[in-house]
Amino acid sequence: MITHFFNQMPALVVVVPMLAAPLVVLAHRQWAAWLIFVGACWAIFGMAFLLFVEAKIAGQVSYAVGGWAPPFGIQLVIDPFNALVLLLVTGVAALTSLYARASIAAEIVAERGYLVYALLLLCIAGLVGITITGDAFNLFVFLEISSLSSYALIAMGPKRRALLSAFQYLIMGTVGGTFLLIGIGLVFMMTGTLNMADLASRLPPVADTHTVQAALAFIVVGLSLKAALFPLHVWLPNAYTYAPSVVSAFISATATKVAVYAVFRFVFTVFGVDYAFGTLPLGEVLLVLSAIAMIAASLAAIFQTDVKRLLAWSSIAQMGYIVAGFALATPDGISAGLVHLLNHGLIKGALFMAVGALFWRLRGSSINDLAGMGRAMPVTSAAFVVGGLSLIGVPATAGFISKWVLLSALFEAHRYLLVAMLLLASLLSIIYVGRVIEALYFRARPDDVTEHAHGEAPLGMQLATWALIAANIAIGLHATPELGAAQRAAAGLMGGGT
Amino acid sequence: MMDFFNDTVAGLFNYWIVFGLMMIGFYTVIAHDNLVKKLIGLNVFQTSVFILYISMGDIRGATAPILIDGQAIYAHPLPQVLILTAIVVGVSTTALGLALIVRIHEAYGAIEEDDVLAADFATQDAEDATEQARSAQARATEPHAPADADDGAEREESRPS
Amino acid sequence: MREHTVLRIVTQLVVAPILIFALYVQFHGEYSPGGGFQAGVIFASAIVLYGLIFGVEAARRAIPPTALRIGAALGLLVFGGTGVATMLLGGNFLEYDVLLPKPEKGQHYGLIIIELGVGITVASVMIAIFYVFAGRGRHRDEDEPA
Repeated sequence: MITHFFNQMPALVVVVPMLAAPLVVLAHRQWAAWLIFVGACWAIFGMAFLLFVEAKIAGQVSYAVGGWAPPFGIQLVIDPFNALVLLLVTGVAALTSLYARASIAAEIVAERGYLVYALLLLCIAGLVGITITGDAFNLFVFLEISSLSSYALIAMGPKRRALLSAFQYLIMGTVGGTFLLIGIGLVFMMTGTLNMADLASRLPPVADTHTVQAALAFIVVGLSLKAALFPLHVWLPNAYTYAPSVVSAFISATATKVAVYAVFRFVFTVFGVDYAFGTLPLGEVLLVLSAIAMIAASLAAIFQTDVKRLLAWSSIAQMGYIVAGFALATPDGISAGLVHLLNHGLIKGALFMAVGALFWRLRGSSINDLAGMGRAMPVTSAAFVVGGLSLIGVPATAGFISKWVLLSALFEAHRYLLVAMLLLASLLSIIYVGRVIEALYFRARPDDVTEHAHGEAPLGMQLATWALIAANIAIGLHATPELGAAQRAAAGLMGGGT
Repeated sequence: MMDFFNDTVAGLFNYWIVFGLMMIGFYTVIAHDNLVKKLIGLNVFQTSVFILYISMGDIRGATAPILIDGQAIYAHPLPQVLILTAIVVGVSTTALGLALIVRIHEAYGAIEEDDVLAADFATQDAEDATEQARSAQARATEPHAPADADDGAEREESRPS
Repeated sequence: MREHTVLRIVTQLVVAPILIFALYVQFHGEYSPGGGFQAGVIFASAIVLYGLIFGVEAARRAIPPTALRIGAALGLLVFGGTGVATMLLGGNFLEYDVLLPKPEKGQHYGLIIIELGVGITVASVMIAIFYVFAGRGRHRDEDEPA
């Protein structure tokens, strides 16, 4: 029975949140909905951890949905690469569940609260599905599940601008999703298969055709839209700014990361390193774009008056770092990209959670609203400071580790211009993080709001924020396990097999 | 000339249809200002991809994939199944998009993107002005001295309905 | 449109056959073209027609929004529950072979059950979408699945 349970875990990681969503709808009451949400999130986090260990020992865990053997049926695959992403998604989901109770109660009309939990569960199910599926079309379906739920979640934001942001994201996201569908259709046309491992073995004979080249272009562009890779990032700042706090925290930490994962799952596993980076100049294109993203988005972040929008622009810059790592297509580069993908998820999750806690108290997230909050909410403000230092890349934080490995990978590949860009972008990040910290600690609170703006955020919110901060510091102090796991993942990808 | 016509124009006619629909849809999404028309364009765009898949599964002279004596060629059933899923996704997207448009109409009283954005920019400008005034005031006052002047300007936080 | 006699009478005649046709498409789906999605949409179209002619209020009385919320969730649970049942019986997710002693029977009935789940969800969601759009601005029901 126990071994049977272990064998079923790959399916359960997707099925549990997907079935918890209708249960939440049936439960309807907010506390019951929250309990189901917490239970489902922690259950999949536990299973994700076990799967991570299993993938580390066995090299790969495969699951045939419906008992139909791959390549005919849908296959779920967990290898060292996506096990790490799976761990990030489920871990952030588990902490979000603690955070959600107070945040949703404060920001969403009570009778719609259960809908937020249901949509979050569907979004989690979609993201987990994208991460572990080994089937190209199944990936599209999960991508749309997560996207549709995130459009609805963003539209639930408190201001009316949330609606237009969600609509713009819907238009761009659907165009991206349809591009992916075209790309998958084209490779299916050439090979007659949808299984990623099978595609990888059947594509080389037909790789010289325009159809396959177009397919790669469509897939990379479609998924880059979801990943908010410059210049396809236009939807992101508004969406993150106007979404409810808990949604900003969860989506910023996971959704774009999973989309980047999907891009490079296709590029490395399906099309192969030699084809994408040798025959076609994908690496050069991505490196140039990521360099522009680092500088331009960091500059834009400096001039924002709203902290959530500032963090959103910083996310676009950080996507540049991640993509730069992967686009080097060297083992060191890939592992650096992967490490920063994980670390940035933890950093941005923590920062958005801290801002959400401040928003919970202040009902506003402009930098001026934050004036003097360092004394009114010392614990939350301290969390923001540590998270901000990690974002800058100060030693003993996770941000330092990822920038260190990224810089050494860039040096090794002799990309000195990119090294300079990355350092410049880090300097810019000091400025924008510094602006927020200056407001928090070195400004007095305006007289008119001091009375109701004292006291810390609820325990659940603080706990989740500090758990992510603790993860940041833990990785910063002892990065060997993470680096080892990332190197194994990179070696597996370069080996060209799932 | 005739070969070109047979091979590229007539032989690939389904791709020409797909290509045409795709560009019409995409252009509508980009060029039109009206949110409903944008959504219609998105639907046309998606439909072109559905046709791409469906036409890919068709084989001339083939029947449905049911075992019949004397019939050796079957059409590929998989693209249709895939596209049924994609159609469901498209329907959901359209429903969600229309729901958002209804709410946008209620909140802004307009469904032309320019009007909605103009309303937004007005709010944004007012907010920016307030924020700048507050920043200036914060710089003018000493960090630890109590702020003497009331910062007056009201923030537009709420929205109708 | 309640005053149009022709429309009213025709609707009264047609709604029941549409519902029955939806059930036919639902339960005959594994032999002939059809299945849960199509059946759900046909079923919903009957209710939409009824609502258009006799008013959304009448349709709401026939199928209240709360029932739709429960139906949408229940259909998904039937689908997923079948998958969980196959797991409990020792198979993989949605491996219908293990449902019944004979694998082909298991496939047969498993498919019917999950298509039923799909049908319930699709019908509920389609009707809910109709209610939400048609009732907007006139009547706000807090139980309305938004």
